Amino acid sequence: MENINNSVVAEKHGEGFFAENKHLPRRQFFGYFGAAAGLAAVVASGCKVRKIQTDTNSLDLGKGDFGILNYAYALEQLEAAFYTKVTESFYTGITAIEKEFLMDIKNDEVAHREWFKKTLFLNKIQDLKYEFDFSSVNFSNRNSVLKTAKMMEDIGVSAYNGAGPLLKLDTFVRYAGKIVSVEARHAAAIRDLISYGDFAGADAVDAKGLDLARTPMEVIDMTAKFFKTRINGANLPTS
Amino acid sequence: MAPIFPLLKTNAMNLYHIITEIEKADEEFADRVSPRRKVMKDFFSFSGKLVLSAVPLALGSIFSKAYGQTVPSKVIDILNFALTLEYLEHNFYQTGLNKSGLVKNKDNIAAIREHERAHVKFLYETIAAAGGRPVSEGRYDFTAGGKFADVFTNYDTFLHVAQGFEDTGVRAYKAQASSLDSAKDIMKAALQIHSTEARHASHIRFARRMNGYNTSVKPWIVGNDNTTGTPYEAIYKGEEDNSQVIFAIENINGMDVGNAATSSFDEPLPKDDVMKIASMFILP
Repeated sequence: MENINNSVVAEKHGEGFFAENKHLPRRQFFGYFGAAAGLAAVVASGCKVRKIQTDTNSLDLGKGDFGILNYAYALEQLEAAFYTKVTESFYTGITAIEKEFLMDIKNDEVAHREWFKKTLFLNKIQDLKYEFDFSSVNFSNRNSVLKTAKMMEDIGVSAYNGAGPLLKLDTFVRYAGKIVSVEARHAAAIRDLISYGDFAGADAVDAKGLDLARTPMEVIDMTAKFFKTRINGANLPTS
Repeated sequence: MAPIFPLLKTNAMNLYHIITEIEKADEEFADRVSPRRKVMKDFFSFSGKLVLSAVPLALGSIFSKAYGQTVPSKVIDILNFALTLEYLEHNFYQTGLNKSGLVKNKDNIAAIREHERAHVKFLYETIAAAGGRPVSEGRYDFTAGGKFADVFTNYDTFLHVAQGFEDTGVRAYKAQASSLDSAKDIMKAALQIHSTEARHASHIRFARRMNGYNTSVKPWIVGNDNTTGTPYEAIYKGEEDNSQVIFAIENINGMDVGNAATSSFDEPLPKDDVMKIASMFILP
């Protein structure tokens, strides 16, 4: 906790939450150190490691906690851009309750996007506004829009569930928790709009009552079609 | 209401199940236990010959080896706290579903009951496998001493109390998740239960709207859910928070996000506050 307080002090004096990012919280510093040592050990032992992408056509999310937060930031940018398009021109035959829910979800996703932007400050990846490819979505068709929304929300929930344990700093875990339950509320509501009672279908929650958890690599693969620039999560922590 | 799980036992099949679960959550579990899976197979063929009472002990030692230490008692306490809440929720839905004519099939409350049942089982077995002692199920008064007198005769009240349990559950798991950093696999499982509870909360809220009991309730929580001065006030205390870390969400970066100022972030609720709410329903 004192680490975050230090950052808050930095914020009051400077511009952003992590403006003083050379003063990494101690735990995080050791986290990076640990990750580097771990990688070295894996390389030394001759195990296969994913080749680190260095080409300029991909967007590197970075490493450590900031890498994970940037991963979340990229997904929130995607969701916000999608719902912004949905709400700019609603699909044919939309009902009042659908309109209300989609507007609310759009506002939640915009709030998440802007919050990550402020929180990451100097550590953030670029604004992806012009980087999305929604050619697979027919925005005038209810089925196409809600199917895409369901996919994004379910993936979003599983992404946060998988990313939470990869974060080193308690505070970040707490904030990921504050956001993921809102994403789960969205997911359930969209599913209920498509088929009432399907809020937690077997494709989202398993027989043990556990919502899915996915690794960043799985999520990046599943959402790749929406990004014009390839998202590169090769430097993200894996444990 | 009487306990539903008095005879829940950890047997060899359950142990196999929990190991499978951990392997799903942590692909390296088998490697942590041993570089070769053969050792796990040996364990199971061996455990078949053990008297049942010795099995949890043997499994506890596998956990110890896997994580380099015994599962911290802090983690066991959190899991038992979660188990306490899941028993409560499960008993509530089961009792409601047993009342003929109360629950409407289209609302698929049975799916929620199934999840809560699975959560009880999962937590019970995880605690036992980690060498802890799972708490037993309580006895309940879902009218909370008469506050919700018609909870099992009026579907409106039933759904409203259900919403209270689900939203409380979401807040409870959220508050504990970051304290599980000494046991990342358990943290992941807790997050997976947490978002399932959030799906339930979303659906129950939607169901209240679909049944015409509340024409403005949303699947997400706006402000303190209009609960000031109602029996539900304690459940939503703090949800009206509209500042995250130090950033006001209202007009964040000049964006008008409307209700999302409070609905975009759910808020944790500390254990003591959660237990105050749960205790209204748990008989001493």
